[in-house]
Parts: sequence; C-alpha cells; structure tokens
Amino acid sequence: MATAFAPTKLTATLPLHGSQENRLVLPIRLAPHSSFLGSTRSLTAHSSRRLNHAHATRRSPPVVGVQEVVKEKKSINSLLITKEEGLVLYEDMILGRSFEDMCAQMYYRGKMFGFVHLYNGQEAVSTGFIKLLTKSDSVVSTYRDHVHALSKGVSARAVMSELFGKVTGCCRGQGGSMHMFSKEHNMLGGFAFIGEGIPVATGAAFSSKYRRDVLKQDCEDVTVAFFGDGTCNNGQFYECLNMAALWKLPIIFVVENNLWAIGMSHLRATSDPEIWKKGPAFGMPGVHVDGMDVLKVREVAKEAVARARRGEGPTLVECETYRFRGHSLADPDELRDAAEKAKYAARDPIAALKKYLIENNLAKEAELKSIEKKIDELVEEAVEFADASPQPGRSQLLENVFADPKGFGIGPDGRYRCEDPKFTEGTAQV
Amino acid sequence: MSAILQGAGAGAAAALSPFNSIDSNKLVAHSRSSLSVRSKRYIVAGSDEGTNKSFGSSSLIARRSQPLMIPNAVAATKADTASSSTPSKSGHELLLFEALQEGLEEEMDRDPHVCVMGEDVGHYGGSYKVTKGLADKFGDLRVLDTPICENAFTGMGIGAAMTGLRPVIEGMNMGFLLLAFNQISNNCGMLHYTSGGQFTIPVVIRGPGGVGRQLGAEHSQRLESYFQSIPGIQMVACSTPYNAKGLMKAAIRSENPVILFEHVLLYNLKESIPDEEYICNLEEAEMVRPGEHITILTYSRMRYHAMQAAKTLVNKGYDPEVIDIRSLKPFDLHTIGNSVKKTHRVLIVEECMRTGGIGASLTAAINENFHDYLDAPVMCLSSQDVPTPYAGTLEEWTVVQPAQIVTAVEQLCQ
Repeated sequence: MATAFAPTKLTATLPLHGSQENRLVLPIRLAPHSSFLGSTRSLTAHSSRRLNHAHATRRSPPVVGVQEVVKEKKSINSLLITKEEGLVLYEDMILGRSFEDMCAQMYYRGKMFGFVHLYNGQEAVSTGFIKLLTKSDSVVSTYRDHVHALSKGVSARAVMSELFGKVTGCCRGQGGSMHMFSKEHNMLGGFAFIGEGIPVATGAAFSSKYRRDVLKQDCEDVTVAFFGDGTCNNGQFYECLNMAALWKLPIIFVVENNLWAIGMSHLRATSDPEIWKKGPAFGMPGVHVDGMDVLKVREVAKEAVARARRGEGPTLVECETYRFRGHSLADPDELRDAAEKAKYAARDPIAALKKYLIENNLAKEAELKSIEKKIDELVEEAVEFADASPQPGRSQLLENVFADPKGFGIGPDGRYRCEDPKFTEGTAQV
Repeated sequence: MSAILQGAGAGAAAALSPFNSIDSNKLVAHSRSSLSVRSKRYIVAGSDEGTNKSFGSSSLIARRSQPLMIPNAVAATKADTASSSTPSKSGHELLLFEALQEGLEEEMDRDPHVCVMGEDVGHYGGSYKVTKGLADKFGDLRVLDTPICENAFTGMGIGAAMTGLRPVIEGMNMGFLLLAFNQISNNCGMLHYTSGGQFTIPVVIRGPGGVGRQLGAEHSQRLESYFQSIPGIQMVACSTPYNAKGLMKAAIRSENPVILFEHVLLYNLKESIPDEEYICNLEEAEMVRPGEHITILTYSRMRYHAMQAAKTLVNKGYDPEVIDIRSLKPFDLHTIGNSVKKTHRVLIVEECMRTGGIGASLTAAINENFHDYLDAPVMCLSSQDVPTPYAGTLEEWTVVQPAQIVTAVEQLCQ
C-alpha cells in the first residue's frame, strides 16, 4: 500500500491538512534546539520544530528538564544508567518477552482461552516507566496488561495462573487475561474496553491528591495510565486530560502508539496523528519519545514522574512503539506490511539495551545470558505452578459479586440470601 | 390556598428568563415552594384543603382539576406504621432534599474519606440543593465541581473508591448517567468480581430521576430499569425525608456500590424526622399501610399515588396493604412474600416503563416464589412505553394515576 497514508511513510513529513505552525497557537517559548532523543528517525527541519514545541505548555514553563539532563549527561560522557539499574531493566524486559512467548505457546496448546493480547516489542515502555515507580504508586492498563502487571511486581506465577483460570491466579481466575489486578502491588487493572481505565487512573490520582490536601497525609503517589493509539480517539481520554490538568492530578498518561488498533492504522483513524500535541491543548506538557529505546523512555519517565510528585500536574507521553505479534492471538496479522515489521524488529528494545550494556561495559554477555536463563526457568516454573493449581470450585461462583454479600438481599424466608448454605456452595439461585 | 399562591409568586420572578430545562429545575429548587411557576394556572381550589397540612409552603401544585397528589409523607391511616418514621420526643421538620443533605453531611463529618463529586455540587450547592453549603464547610476538593463529563467523572469516582475514598457521585439528572453507563456497568458493578475481590467500590451514585412536570422526554427517564441487570450493584429509591436520610447514610456506609434514586417531584416533601442518628436498611422494604385485601407494591413517587388511591379504596370498603419496596435491587422478598401470603393479590404500581422495568422483574420474582399463594395474576401498572411527552395532558397519561390504581384494585378484588 504505497499511499501517502501508509504506515511505512510515517517517517516522511506527514501530509497533514493545514500547516503544523497554524495549529500551534500557544505562546510558545521555544526550547533550545537539541538532538532530543525523542526519535531515532532522521529529523526533518519540520519535525524538529515540532519536537521543540513538545515541551511548551500554556501556563507552566516548558518541560526542558529532559533535554537538559540528557544533554548534560552526554556532555560529561557519563552513562544514563548504572550497572545495577541496567541489569534490573534488562531482566524486566526479558521477563516480559519470555512470559509473552510462553503465553502464545500455552494458548496454542489449549491451556488458556479467550482473547489474549501480547506485548512483544513494547517492553521498553513498560519497563521504562514502571521500574521508576514505588510499590504504592498505581498503574492502570488495558487488555494488553500482562507485562505491566509483571513489571509492577505481580509474580509470574500469579499472572500465569490467572491466564489458566486457576484459583491461584491474581484475580482467583475470575478476571482473565484482560483483567490483571493486584491490590498489593497497586495494579489497578486490566480493562477490556479501551479507554475505560483512564478515568479509573484519574480517580487514583485524585485519591492521591485528596490524601495530601484533605487528609493531610504524606502522599506522593503517582498513577501511570497506559493505553494505545486507538484510545486517543475516545472521549474518555480527552475528558480525563481535561480534569487531570484542571486539578493538577499526579498522573502520567502514557500512549503506547504502536500504529495499529487491530487492523485500523492510526493514520486512517486520526485526523492529527501526533498524539503528544494533544497535551498542550489541555495545558499539560506533551512529549514524544522513542518507545523502542528503554533508556529514552526512562529519561522522559523520570521527569514526568518527578513533575507529578512535585504536584505540578499531569504529563502526556507518546511512545512510538510496535507490537511484533498480532493484536491478539486470534489475529492473523495479515494487514501490516512486512517491511514495516522488519524495520521495527531491527529496533528490538531488548537487543538495543543489550548492545548498550555491552558496549558501555556495564555487563558481560555471560551475565546477560544467565539472566535470560534465570527468567526462562522462572517462567517455566510459573507454568508448572499454574498447571498444578486447582480450578475454582463451585462455591466460588457467588463470592466477590458484592463486597458485602448482603447485597444479594433477603430471601422469602426472612434470612439474608448469603446466609443460605446453598449460597456459599454456589448452587443457590439468586 | 394562600400558601400555594404565595409559593407560586415567589418562583415567578425567577422563572421568567429563557433558561434551558436544567435551569428550570434550578428554579424549582430555589423557590422551595411551588414546584414551578408554569403550573400557576393549574392551581386547584378546594380539594386539596384537607390533605396538605404538613406541607406548608412546600406543597406541590396539582395539575388541572386533579386533587393534590401528595398526602402527608407519613400517612398511615392505621396506627401501625412499621418502619416509617416514628419521631422521638422531639424530632425536627425538614424537606426531603434537606434530609438528604443532613444525611450526607453527617456521613462526611463522620468519615473524612467521604467526598462528593458531580456537576454544580460545590459552589452552586447542587441543582436540587442537596449539597448546599457543603463546599463552604468541607472545601472544594471534598465537594468537587466536575466538568461536564459523566463517563469520566463517574470512572474517576470509581478509581478513587478503589484507592480508599468513598465518593458520592451525583448525576444532575439520572438520565445523564446514561453517559456513564460504561463505567457503571463495567467498573462499578463488575470490578470487585473481576479483581477476585481485591478492590471494593464503595461509591454511592445518586440523583433525581422520574417524570417531573413537563420536563420533556430526556429529563424524565427512569434509569432503574436499565441498571437493574448490572450484577454487583444495589439500587434503592427513597420516597420520604425519613427514608431519604436513612438510605443516604446506609448507602454511604455500604461497601457495595449503591445507586440511590431520588425523584424530581419529591424533593419538597416535608416531614418530621428523629433527632437521633438512624439508618434505614438498604435491603428492606417499608410497610406504608398494612391491610388485608390486596398488596400494592410501589416505590418512589408512585407511593403517593398509591396512598391517594388507598384513601378512595378505603372509602369504598377495601383494605389495601401498601408496601414501598425501597430496595429495587435486590427485592425484599420476605416483606413482599409475607404480604402476598396474607392478601393473595398483588398489584404493582410503578413509574418505570412497561417493558423491562422494575415491575416486570418484580412480577417474575413473585410468580416464581409465591405462585401458590396467588388468587389472581399479578397485575402491574407501569408507565406507557412512550417517550415522556412535553404536553401536560399527554404526560399525565403516560404515568399511572390514582384513578387507574383504584380501578385495578377493584378488578383484582372481584
């Protein structure tokens, strides 16, 4: 498909109606032009202007921190990460990749069912952001949530068991692939409908602000909301951008722009495909970053998280990334250009980090291999655990419908239905 | 009579500007007296004299030549008023919207995690004044004025509830919550289950619904029928100041998500409620008038139509038992069942649509559980399956009127 809107043409100047300049009506203070590590594509003069605009907001000073920090680091010739950090990042990405590959295997072997959406290729985004968070920070995701859960700290066992539908799953087998929740790790889901998690994330951020300002607690928790390019055409996204900016909620909106919403190319669905630009329209910084490079994502994430913790409000981060597999395991993935897939496969985030670690003498090949082996064993063990776990019994059917089971009401005999023994057995008719 | 006219006059000045329909509701709340100036020309002489004593300036204007619809809120012609208000030594008189406010304020005092969010709940005090004064007292974050984005702020309330707060989300009109259906169905109702019980959603979603006075189709919706299938939520409908306050408090304290249905026409009901703290049980129905001949099951505004009909029926020699089911989901099958076992005849009077409404579900539930006790088929009087028309005459005919109730009882009791 060699039309101007084909995804392979993304790197060229986009034939958008109107000029870019006309759209940016904000009084912009141009940040000094630098080789912002936002994108590995060759920067046209056009897009470099755009990238500078990325940091401008209507009311608050432009977010120049990222550029400055990185420039500084590069100039002192120091590295972006330490060895320990590097290994943590590497291990997390390997975990994400191995786990998802195992999911595919298990699915085709009939161990898990339904809609399973794999994250292969996008690991840099999850690792880049979530490894900066504390346990009490919250993460909200979509149906492509396995790796977000893993990065946040939910054990591989719990996630695999959940996928197998066993009681030992993180949601007792009741949620499934698209609903990974963990109260302990503040993983707030896992949502099947796109966009419906964003208001929930906004609520979690509101909670954080409420604790600080009303309850006078020491609360610096931030919330990171992950969602895709397709979601950015959904009303809930805009409604939440508005509220988050209005009340300066401690939230980071992370767009995992993998260019495809099932079979719908982002360019075919969106009037202005540059999603980061929608941030300044609401009064928050909009940042575009190369989502195939975990270090770049991490640098942007650091600033966005710090901003939120300082109480300066939300940030919109658009990560240019790609999913190596189809939309879900049921998707034959015939629509995407082979050349496009090859191009992004060459930018595999894991390979990139590996190269960085080795070239900068942060780790040796052997160390990285041993991490890979460790993870392989972990994932296999998770499968064994899930296989061995029991399936939910009948008695679990009616539990958890209500937090307070009195909600099932009073039966004809005058007793609450939940007191009926048949109820706890799961055989009662409610 | 003079009280009515006075009330109408007070609202007159405010009503003359060309506002949209929400503003006319604002006027309703403002005037605290006649429901709207529009019905000035419908003021009825005479037939309401004996019935509106306890209402004072808050009487609702009857339409055309119909008698005043709203009798004493605590009306029970028999001494036995089981769970309706039994004021203690003192008690204090207030209007239903004030009762809601009192309940809300008490809960906000009691637990700092309780907060309110919705359109115009803060500085404006709520379009029906339920949150009046609360923003001054608790601040702008605890009584949050949201932008107009029902889906997003309902979801925000749910996210806040998952992370420890207890939001009370107001839909300015229940109909607006149709925009929040995604969040209410998927997240509010189901999230506790899909998370395997890890997260609770102790939200209260409340707002006025029901058919008002010529508010037009979209502002006259009965959302209880749309929400009733959502697993994991509870629905209650308040009808008196006593149960309004009690249900509000119970809903806030409940760990389940509760949808509290208020009615646009009932906000100005006056009643004397106890001074001491009390709570109404979310799952229980309320016995309004015990009787022997027939069970009339109703809720919200239709309670008053049923009681109006009951007066007529008593004069004709019938003894109807009127139960306000209050809990729309789940049904209190104990109270209802006991009544059916006693009277053997059931008439459901509701404002919901005929198709798929609360009455339809209740009919099914009664037939399933108490079939042996019925001497006649369950009869259900519901609103017509018609978008509520604007014209006064047409609107009147979509809703169940007392005369229809009387006819139905006579038919059932043959």
